[in-house]
Amino acid sequence: MTMATTPSKRRPAKAWTPARIGTYAFLLSAAAFFLMPLYVMLVTSFKTMDEVRESSIFALPLLPTVEPWVVAWSSACTGLECKGLQVGFWNSVQIVLPSVFFSILLGAINGYALAFWRSRFANLLFGVLMIGVFVPYQVIMYPLVRLLSSVGLFGSLPAIVVIHSIFGMPVMTLLFRNYYTGIPQELFKAARIDGGGFWRIFWELMLPMSTPILIVATIMQVTGIWNDYLLGLIFGGTQFSPMTVQLNNIVNSTFGERAYNVNMAATILTSAVPLFIYLVSGRWFVRGIASGAVKG
Amino acid sequence: MGQIQHRRPVHWGLHLALLPMAVTAIVGYLATVLWSVGVSFTSSRMFANTNFVGLEQYHKLFASERWQLSVYNLVLFAVLGISICMVLGFLLAVFIDQKIRSESVFRSIFLYPYAMSFVVTGLVWQWMLNPEMGIQSAVRRLGFADFQLDWIVSQDKVMYCIILAAVWQASGLVMAILLAGLRGVDEEIWKAARLDGIPPWRVYVSIVLPMISGAVGTAFILQAIAAIKVYDAVNSMTRGGPGLASEVPAKFILDHLFQRGSIGLASAASVVMLLTVVALLVPYYYLRKHQAAQQGAKA
Repeated sequence: MTMATTPSKRRPAKAWTPARIGTYAFLLSAAAFFLMPLYVMLVTSFKTMDEVRESSIFALPLLPTVEPWVVAWSSACTGLECKGLQVGFWNSVQIVLPSVFFSILLGAINGYALAFWRSRFANLLFGVLMIGVFVPYQVIMYPLVRLLSSVGLFGSLPAIVVIHSIFGMPVMTLLFRNYYTGIPQELFKAARIDGGGFWRIFWELMLPMSTPILIVATIMQVTGIWNDYLLGLIFGGTQFSPMTVQLNNIVNSTFGERAYNVNMAATILTSAVPLFIYLVSGRWFVRGIASGAVKG
Repeated sequence: MGQIQHRRPVHWGLHLALLPMAVTAIVGYLATVLWSVGVSFTSSRMFANTNFVGLEQYHKLFASERWQLSVYNLVLFAVLGISICMVLGFLLAVFIDQKIRSESVFRSIFLYPYAMSFVVTGLVWQWMLNPEMGIQSAVRRLGFADFQLDWIVSQDKVMYCIILAAVWQASGLVMAILLAGLRGVDEEIWKAARLDGIPPWRVYVSIVLPMISGAVGTAFILQAIAAIKVYDAVNSMTRGGPGLASEVPAKFILDHLFQRGSIGLASAASVVMLLTVVALLVPYYYLRKHQAAQQGAKA
């Protein structure tokens, strides 16, 4: 136990000076601000509507009930249908799985081609994509709607998968290109001399080496696509509304008195997937933010 | 090696692999942007036509009160929202960097809102700020009968509510990016500053802040671009109301595209939006290039 002699950067200092008390006071009040909405959502979702009307939003439920959760999941009305959020949940699952798969696969192939197969044409395309990162959705959304309806895809599952692949491609390509640039060229050259072709080197050499970046990419894409609202609203049509769109419909289109307890349960249900990923992935999540951030 | 590469046969594998990127870049991004620019010069309403009207849509756009209001709201949202996020994010990063206990718990708490969707953020704050049920009523129950927090139903103050929600969602992101920057700062600087008796806050402001300017720039540009696109949060929180008081450009464009059938006008607005992004990015790009060149010169 020679902790005292090893100067660790993270080890908390011991003395409780006024400055340290101030530091913790600031951090704790900030934490209270950040946690407040989550707390309010949770307590409200376990109250009956009578209690919601009678009590303060910060009060704990006196008679906790899971009824709002059941309603939110299976019988809340999203417009004309009253089947609850479960419909949106399964839609989101159906959207997220193929969209994440294709956007990552395409990003990996692009990144690999850019990093090892020096092609002027590919670099030119990459340049266009890098400008594409910054193009607001609204600018290209309408032409894409027209394009997809002209090939009869608009408002279908393939449409929204294609759209997520298009909008995800710039960042995914950048992510994998940067990762593969860090792999020594000699390795690639050796594989070439051994007679490896484009696809063989990709599937058998590069992809197995890509686990860390695949994890980062998966976290980014699952959270991003799960949280998407606008693309799902426009391209998913009525049949494939993702969970976020249904949540907004449940909350903002009810007539009569609003069931706040149900709304809060629905809100938590909708954020459960990304929150779970965030809590489990921790540092990987932050890494995704850092590498997804603008570079050069 | 170069010789051998030259004589290599055409790589069909490579061409096949580049096809999706080529289609996405050329059709998905280039052609669509050009299409929008083209349509902004036509009289298109419900359907796109090719009736050229020059800059008429742009004149109409800038004369539109609704557009002026959305631009004003966006400027307010961006300037105030980003400033608060940057300051709060920086403070959080600095305080977390003080070798505190349970650092990872604090970090998780500050960043978790970023994992939530804008829709969820908007809905939660709509509920918190609801005058009859939310914070106002909770504080009144405590005995402060005159307490007022009805900004969300006030035309003058509703934008501050949206800013509050955005700050809650995005400050953690700034914190994460700046904290990574702070962790990259050489420990020697702190030793030197301690020897010279410089107070820590001075070191942060005058020495460390300039050293992490790259991270500050990244955090800023990420937020600026997110601010320009702001739509989901506004739509779920206030639907642009009360009245048009929290209207923003992204919402203006979508409403005119899909509800009001003024495609020409919406396209003109989206071109203005694109130009704004470009105007932000060009200086940022040159700044980065300049910094890279300086670092290259030092090495």
